[in-house]
Amino acid sequence: MNDSVREVHIEVHDLAMAFGSNVIQRDLEFAVYRGDIFVIMGGSGCGKSTLLKHMLGLIEPAAGEILYDGKSFTRASSAERDLMRRGWGITYQSGGLFSAMSLEQNVSLPLQLYTDYTAAQIADVVDYKLSLVGLGGFQRYYPAEISGGMRKRAALARAIALDPQILFFDEPSAGLDPISSRLLDDLILQLKESMGATVVMVTHELESIFAIATNSVYLDASSRTMIDYGDPRQLRDRSEQPVVRQFLARSAGAGEDQGSE
Amino acid sequence: MSEQAAGLELRCDDAARKAVLHLCGNWIQGAEVPSFPELRAQLNAAAPQELSLDSTELGQWDSLLMALLLQCHNYCREHDIELLNDDLPENARRLLRIATSVPPQRREPRARTRWWQGGHPLAVLRNLRDDLRLSLAFFGDVCLALWALLRGRANTRFTDFRHFCYQAGPDAFAIISLTSILVGMILGYLGAVQLQQFGAGIYVADLVVIGLLREMGVLMTAIVMAGRTGAAYAAQLGTMQASEEIDAVRTMGVSPIEFLVTPRILALVVMMPLLTIYANLLGILGGGIVAGGMGISPLQYISQASAAISLPHIGVGLLKSVVFAILIAIAGCRSGIQSGRDSAGVGQAATEAVVTALVYLIVADAAVNILFQHLGV
Repeated sequence: MNDSVREVHIEVHDLAMAFGSNVIQRDLEFAVYRGDIFVIMGGSGCGKSTLLKHMLGLIEPAAGEILYDGKSFTRASSAERDLMRRGWGITYQSGGLFSAMSLEQNVSLPLQLYTDYTAAQIADVVDYKLSLVGLGGFQRYYPAEISGGMRKRAALARAIALDPQILFFDEPSAGLDPISSRLLDDLILQLKESMGATVVMVTHELESIFAIATNSVYLDASSRTMIDYGDPRQLRDRSEQPVVRQFLARSAGAGEDQGSE
Repeated sequence: MSEQAAGLELRCDDAARKAVLHLCGNWIQGAEVPSFPELRAQLNAAAPQELSLDSTELGQWDSLLMALLLQCHNYCREHDIELLNDDLPENARRLLRIATSVPPQRREPRARTRWWQGGHPLAVLRNLRDDLRLSLAFFGDVCLALWALLRGRANTRFTDFRHFCYQAGPDAFAIISLTSILVGMILGYLGAVQLQQFGAGIYVADLVVIGLLREMGVLMTAIVMAGRTGAAYAAQLGTMQASEEIDAVRTMGVSPIEFLVTPRILALVVMMPLLTIYANLLGILGGGIVAGGMGISPLQYISQASAAISLPHIGVGLLKSVVFAILIAIAGCRSGIQSGRDSAGVGQAATEAVVTALVYLIVADAAVNILFQHLGV
């Protein structure tokens, strides 16, 4: 990674999110650089997952724009959006694996849809992707037959099936024990470095934030906008916002609970 | 970087039992890429003790190359060949290290039985027995819950009850109207063709009225409700099971039967007789349309029909509607509560709810008819 020339990968301009007249967040303005591990953080109910859904195009913004590689995603047609999404890998909060399909079928689905691999090549690539997440040999298992941590990793295998440019994670380590969650963090970090992808994740696991994040944005629930932006380690020590310092130092009074959103 | 097609070449040094695998070209999607079985054949023939990878002529690459390297790595591990990959690009070496850090799992998952494999007669009987036992157990639970309700000691929530009633009643008006008018017309036509041969066309009214009141009105309503409400109950409760809501109810010390099933059963039991009456009225109207087409005046039809209506006919229909309502609700709720915990399980529960409800309906209908035949009602 050459940090000297930081290339902007994702830009969020003046974004406002609202459900009807209920404004969740407004005036969001930040950039994610190529190769970053970018964390969206904030107290429960501040709109972290909602922001991620806006970035994925699952919800339309009330105002503002989101750009990928300088190209507007918000104004793109649905065909263009699908094209842009092809370079993304997404894992959802509860995995999002298809429960009626085996792991092999889950991971091979995007390959079948978007590549011209032969059946034998797909099987090889699926084996490789599952091996990357430590699940080699689990091809014929169904999501219900493996543990929660394994399901998260299987979802990651499906997300990286097409060698994505951007990886999105919604609470990757929610519901995992500290060791599994640490291993998952390491895996995300290693995969990101090897594949050269940009990672955007929603999390409030402080350990993961400090272990792997290189940049972050803090959404505040009461003022309904972002109140800080930068490397979380620096924010912890030097943020001008007491709320952010409290959040990152995990002290009481930050109005934060650790429930999943 | 080379622009040539992807390829590999195994150069062996038989004396030293060493081999070098030269990778060249662009290993990317869309390119023709060598497959591992060919390489395996060459490796088997050469049987080296040490294999080094040479990627100096390698162009662009993606997962296809990595998939081959992983197979190569696994092959080397199985055959005690030392694999030297220092020459690989940094990224590829790192990815290979991650992919090989956990040895592959060898245990096969528990075999799933498919429907075509379940043909063993003993197994079918055993399934039937288990199913019957579960159904009876559920029915017993429901009886206990209803008894607790009668004694005023049940944790049944009646706030949902009105909502369920609305779902099972007014929401179904449109489809019930359509089916019952058509069934009335069908009965009318069936009778008209036969009765007119004897010059007894006016008795179409009797046939339609008795046929609907005793049999077709309530049966059609029940079939529609099994498809609508029975399946909806199974899907709702199945989803609650999948998202652990039923576990939550249970651990609060509340019986899920009392909390979730009782209000649903009661709602259907209250609404089914009303829907049946509505269906009967519309069915008689449908029969009247056909009779009108045959030259029977509306006044004649109405007087003949009202003469045919008698309390026992209405009573039999309403009794059936209550029985059917209980059966539909029980079939739906049982499939839902006992469903699997994933999306496939919920789908199966909905199917099962409709199928069992229909079987129950036909059997119960036949039983009630035979009973009343003997009683002479």
